[in-house]
Amino acid sequence: MALLIKNGRVIDPASGHDGIADVWIEGGLIRGVGDDLTPAGVEIFDATGLIVAPGFIDMHVHLREPGFEHAETIETGSRAAAAGGFTSICPMPNTSPVNDNATVTSYIIEKARAHAIVKVWPIGAITKGSAGEELAAIGSMKNAGAVAISDDGRPVMNARVMRRAMEFARSLGIPVIDHCEDLHLSAGGDMHEGLESVRLGLRGIPACSEDVMVARDILLAEVTGARYHVAHISSRHAAEMVAFAKARGLAVSAEATPHHLALADADIQPYDSNFKMKPPLRSRCDVGAVAEGLINGAIDAIATDHAPHAGSEKMQEFEKCPFGIIGLETAIGVVLETMVHSGKIGLMRMVELFTTGPAKILGLDSLENMKRGTLAPGAAADVTIFSTDREWTYDVNKSASKSRNSPFDGRRFKGGPVATVVNGRVVWQVQ
Amino acid sequence: MPAGLLGIEDLTREEVQSILDRARDFQPRGLRKLDLLRGRMVVNLFFEASTRTRTSFEIAAKRLGADTISITAQASSVSKGESLVDTLNTLAAMRPDAIIMRHAASGAPHFLQRHLETPIVNAGDGTHEHPTQALLDARTILDRGKALEGLRVAIIGDIAHSRVARSNVYLLSKFGAQIVLCGPASLLPAELKQIAPGITLTTDMREAICEADVIMMLRVQLERQYESAFPASEYFQFYGLRLEHLELARPNVIVMHPGPINRGREISSEVADSQRSVILSQVENGVAVRMAVLERVLGGVTN
Repeated sequence: MALLIKNGRVIDPASGHDGIADVWIEGGLIRGVGDDLTPAGVEIFDATGLIVAPGFIDMHVHLREPGFEHAETIETGSRAAAAGGFTSICPMPNTSPVNDNATVTSYIIEKARAHAIVKVWPIGAITKGSAGEELAAIGSMKNAGAVAISDDGRPVMNARVMRRAMEFARSLGIPVIDHCEDLHLSAGGDMHEGLESVRLGLRGIPACSEDVMVARDILLAEVTGARYHVAHISSRHAAEMVAFAKARGLAVSAEATPHHLALADADIQPYDSNFKMKPPLRSRCDVGAVAEGLINGAIDAIATDHAPHAGSEKMQEFEKCPFGIIGLETAIGVVLETMVHSGKIGLMRMVELFTTGPAKILGLDSLENMKRGTLAPGAAADVTIFSTDREWTYDVNKSASKSRNSPFDGRRFKGGPVATVVNGRVVWQVQ
Repeated sequence: MPAGLLGIEDLTREEVQSILDRARDFQPRGLRKLDLLRGRMVVNLFFEASTRTRTSFEIAAKRLGADTISITAQASSVSKGESLVDTLNTLAAMRPDAIIMRHAASGAPHFLQRHLETPIVNAGDGTHEHPTQALLDARTILDRGKALEGLRVAIIGDIAHSRVARSNVYLLSKFGAQIVLCGPASLLPAELKQIAPGITLTTDMREAICEADVIMMLRVQLERQYESAFPASEYFQFYGLRLEHLELARPNVIVMHPGPINRGREISSEVADSQRSVILSQVENGVAVRMAVLERVLGGVTN
């Protein structure tokens, strides 16, 4: 099957291309990008007035399968991803059972092959059961297809264990992703520690609970030479430390979520658990620092931390509700609004944060065939087509996800995903 | 949204004043039963142990002629694992006119009020607010002939975890009082200074009490803390109110406490039983103030 995406503004950070062009796809691969391509027998997608970019990669999602299929499945999560313009997603290992061995990794990959409409690249656990003690079967998970390791949500508190994990991961050539949170400093906390938590009488999660772990990990990354990645960075000091580590030449990277760009603790609808996640929505000053990190290059990628929870789990007393919000479908809209329309970054940088940024961290840009994150000939035909001006309103009740926990329900956006192409096939198109 | 009473923060100074004024009419001079709320049904729903607040609300409702039902968590389906939303929806389906609610989670009544037609009166939510306590404290201060404006009030104890402190801060601040918050550093977050105008913070109890018109002692609630934020054995030595402290304050200083008091922990028996203590007046005013609140929430609408 061949497809010609015609007349869109093609933005490909890997090559630096930015201009009106056609993208020719055949056999699941990119054949070429050029002016007025007229191959015979192709299906035409008219992208006039739209942005055509390499398929967006979300390196941090929770698909809840196996174990929590009432909240999300690999299939429904992949549908939400496609509806958000993502062609690749990386599920974190906190399933039940935890993805800490090759059997679970293979199960996820097989399940995705059968039911997912986007590409799924699992992330394996660092420790068995993510219990923080004994290293998981990292090598065999990597061989089964895991692209990184992380004990997301249950960070490795023991620095010695983390050091061993980094040493081993380095020898295998895969990155270590840490959800940076000192669990002793954050214990019992429900939201960012600051004026708002004091006002609402909710226990605080101090920014320093994130900072001390980022500091620890950077020091360990230097000792071990590991590729180390900070998940969902949210505090000013953490962003500054990542910049410092990069300046020292360490293989350190970081991602930020759209919600940490759009919302601060002061924006929380009091006691509405759709605003409850980890790390928590922080101060305006931290929000500014995360945006600054995306501008100056300290932060390399945008990832949603899509975290579905069933309605009944979120319809409780704030302190009882689980942490996390869904985010796949609103990511492009939120990032356009907060970063691009506001003039903080250009479209090239935005696309980079969703494509070459994560691809490079995960090594998806250097796969032997079917490279991701680029429109170079021979790369996988994953394409994200989005608009920068189409006005739309997010209705969470129409979400492709099984869950409804979004703080952006009812929010009006200017620009958003229009079509998602995976392996040369249009898997989703806006209605 | 139905006009319940979730907190002092949301009220205007005028609204507070009108409740305080009306409470005066209900102070127990004549003490006869009224029929202002005859035929109205009030449900007292207490998810957290409380004797005085629950009884006080119940008496207030009965004195106004309303019918009351009291439910405690231990005796309800909450202990059978029902969720808070389901419990409240079930109660609301029986069409009470108001629900008075105490809950250990901050914001529990606020969260419920978004999903419920029945007005909710907050009888204390977690470490957030306890609005009727602040109202009864203000009524008690006014009864002693003190004006709230310019009044120097020291609030001493575990400020971080006190809903009484928050509600009092919001109320007193609306009237231009000078509020000194005092407690161990770990229970006195710096951000408190910004939650309302007119607040200063100190960890030195003597400094807090100096020239005070009112001293409010808080119950030390060790059950609300994840770990000891202060060496418990030293609490009374540094933050327990004793007779010698009263000399630092204004001559006609009054000592308040929301109860139940821990003699020998945050307050000495001598102070609790002294002439300066107005603890029993606070309890008495609790009923009057809650009558004014219930009338405000339920009044005006007839079946």
